[in-house]
Amino acid sequence: MSAIGDQSLPYVRRSPAERLPPPAARAGAVGWLRSNFLSSPANMALTLVCILFIVWAVPPLLRFFLIDAVWSGADGDACLASPAQPHPGACWAFVRVWSAYFVYGFYPIGQRWRVDLFFLALAFGIVWLLRLSAPRRDIGALYFFVVLPVLSFVLLHGAPWIGLRVVPTALWGGILVTVVVATIGMVASLPLGILLALGRRSEMPVVRLSAVIFIEFVRGVPLITVLFMASVMLPLFVPEHLAPDKLVRALIGVALFASAYMAEVVRGGLAAVPRGQYEAARALGLSYWRMTGLVILPQALRVTLPNIVNTFIGLFKDTTLVFIVGIFDFLRTIEAARADPKWAAPTITVTGYAFAALFYFVCCYGMSRYAQNVEARLTRSGRR
Amino acid sequence: MVEKIQGFLPHRPHRIGGIVLQIAFIVVIAGLACGVILNVAQNLARAHIASGFGFWNNTAGFDISQTLISYSASTSSFGRAFWVGLLNTLLVAAIGIVLTTVLGFVVGIARLSRNWLVARLAGGYVELIRNVPLLLQLLFWYNAVLKSLPPLGGSLALPGGGILNNRGLFLPRPEFGPHFGAVLIALVVAIGAAILLREWSRRRRERTGTPMHIVWLALVLVCGLPLAALALTGFPLSFSVPHMGRFNVSGGVEILPEFAALVLALTVYTAAFIAEVVRAGVLAVHAGQTEAAQALGLRSAATLRLVVVPQAMRVIIPPLTSQYLNLIKNSSLAVAIGYPDLVQVFAGSVLNITGQAVEVIAITMAVYLAISLFTSLLMNLYARAIAIVER
Repeated sequence: MSAIGDQSLPYVRRSPAERLPPPAARAGAVGWLRSNFLSSPANMALTLVCILFIVWAVPPLLRFFLIDAVWSGADGDACLASPAQPHPGACWAFVRVWSAYFVYGFYPIGQRWRVDLFFLALAFGIVWLLRLSAPRRDIGALYFFVVLPVLSFVLLHGAPWIGLRVVPTALWGGILVTVVVATIGMVASLPLGILLALGRRSEMPVVRLSAVIFIEFVRGVPLITVLFMASVMLPLFVPEHLAPDKLVRALIGVALFASAYMAEVVRGGLAAVPRGQYEAARALGLSYWRMTGLVILPQALRVTLPNIVNTFIGLFKDTTLVFIVGIFDFLRTIEAARADPKWAAPTITVTGYAFAALFYFVCCYGMSRYAQNVEARLTRSGRR
Repeated sequence: MVEKIQGFLPHRPHRIGGIVLQIAFIVVIAGLACGVILNVAQNLARAHIASGFGFWNNTAGFDISQTLISYSASTSSFGRAFWVGLLNTLLVAAIGIVLTTVLGFVVGIARLSRNWLVARLAGGYVELIRNVPLLLQLLFWYNAVLKSLPPLGGSLALPGGGILNNRGLFLPRPEFGPHFGAVLIALVVAIGAAILLREWSRRRRERTGTPMHIVWLALVLVCGLPLAALALTGFPLSFSVPHMGRFNVSGGVEILPEFAALVLALTVYTAAFIAEVVRAGVLAVHAGQTEAAQALGLRSAATLRLVVVPQAMRVIIPPLTSQYLNLIKNSSLAVAIGYPDLVQVFAGSVLNITGQAVEVIAITMAVYLAISLFTSLLMNLYARAIAIVER
């Protein structure tokens, strides 16, 4: 310690340092600009590159999708280049003309109110389940997982005994099929996923091993192969007269696939429930199922709700894959309409894909915002 | 009194009940399996479809547009077609993983940038790409971008002798002369020397404290030595430049539009997820770590290299691996645009020709499963190797 006063240490300062100028303003608009964009030459260059990129990319996109876009017309000629419009933009007329097909597929025109009613019933169920402040969400769950599937089947497929004509699934298409596949995937995968997750944490080795094998197997293979399996192998697994409908096969494939992913999400939620909760429930004398149903699952599902929604976003995007096994989902209807010779214009393909992208983006982004909200709320309430 | 308390005792898991339940479970599963096997046998017999793996050596009889190993429709077997498809899958996966890692890290770090504009642009990219299905993006790249390139007649000539049109991208192919081996040897020697140099400079720095910058020296070594070897052996390297014919492009390397679209879509899509992984990893390193490193006098580059990155990588690597696995599994979407990957060739063409659904699907799934399990194994070994040893 005495060395500090020692003259031999070269790095000890002996005179006060020179005063520095006051730091540049960090507050206010100028400060914000300076610290964000102009703090160093490299940062300035980055800012410049970004501005150049925006100037290069945004105006042509605006021009194509809005300013030069063709909003009405009966066929593809309206979207072809003409002397009046040498560079026609996106052909929204195409989307307008085909919009009913994009929503309902070939569902008979006179029966489409049934599809609208299904959409309404579904939206009601979703709002009931997902609004954390909604009353009696347990009844909401009952409605969503039991009443809604039966109601939807009666509405969409038909029931001759109450006067609803049967509409074969080959006529279903578009957003209807996308929503049906996603909803069935959700309705089936949540209970199955919970069972699988409980199985994976079970004390019975046979049950645990079966759950692990199923989950790891399904998560290790691509969805396409599961769909292929469902569409070509499932008919072989049952007697010929029981062979399921094409859409049902795809639904089974999607449900199995989604349940394996859901199982892992639920397992994460179960692991987040403190051990004391299990022990307390046991100490109160609850049986395994009552402990699970009354104490553990409500907490686990609440904590893991954001992850469940995120899994559902993945499932919603994955529904496009049923296209490959020949189901007329939303993307497939776009592909079919795009190939119509009446609408042969160079901008049709981009327009169709932009419309599809907009649809999926709005749905998925909305759900992900919801998941983020719930997560922020759970963090705030200290329940994590 | 004792009986009264007994009534309130918690339920114990019944050993006997558990065993009975498990036996019942096994019986049900076995019964289902038997039913399925019987039905499959019946259905196959009725449709006159063979079973077993005898088809493996039969002649395939269909063409494949991209083959990394020799293959011909008239002589090669279904087994050969399987390997062609598998190699095509691995090729797309390998190239996609390299590109997506680079893009993902750039975007992930850009999202953390202090530059508001850069962070917003990167954020917009991630949100847009993550919320649109991969299949739609794949179709977009293939049908809207690559198929709308000019046809053969209006091919674009790229600098360096490449040709781009809606049939693909044609690049010059290097052709190696007889003494090219010497150049490769020179390259290996130069890299070895650079590594030794680095080791030596590190030791010197630790001993004397004098830093020594060897980057430029190493660069000169690695570039200069092979170039010198090339000059000494009389430039045994030439390029076969593609040139336009009347109906086709000949010479050079052909990159199929299907391949390019698949690589583009997988790269762009997976990069958005990797960016999130990288961002989470960097944010997981406590700010105190950076401050402590600066307090010790490390410069910002050294702080990043020695303190932040090693800790962030520990968080990043596991989810990064699962993104790589997703990319490999997603490469099976190739079937939608007709790129001859494993699923398109094997679960598509071979399945349609032989009709042996059970065997073909089982083999296809087994391949993906093997890749997944192998990667998870490596992952676990790695996680054990880098785990923080807690006292």
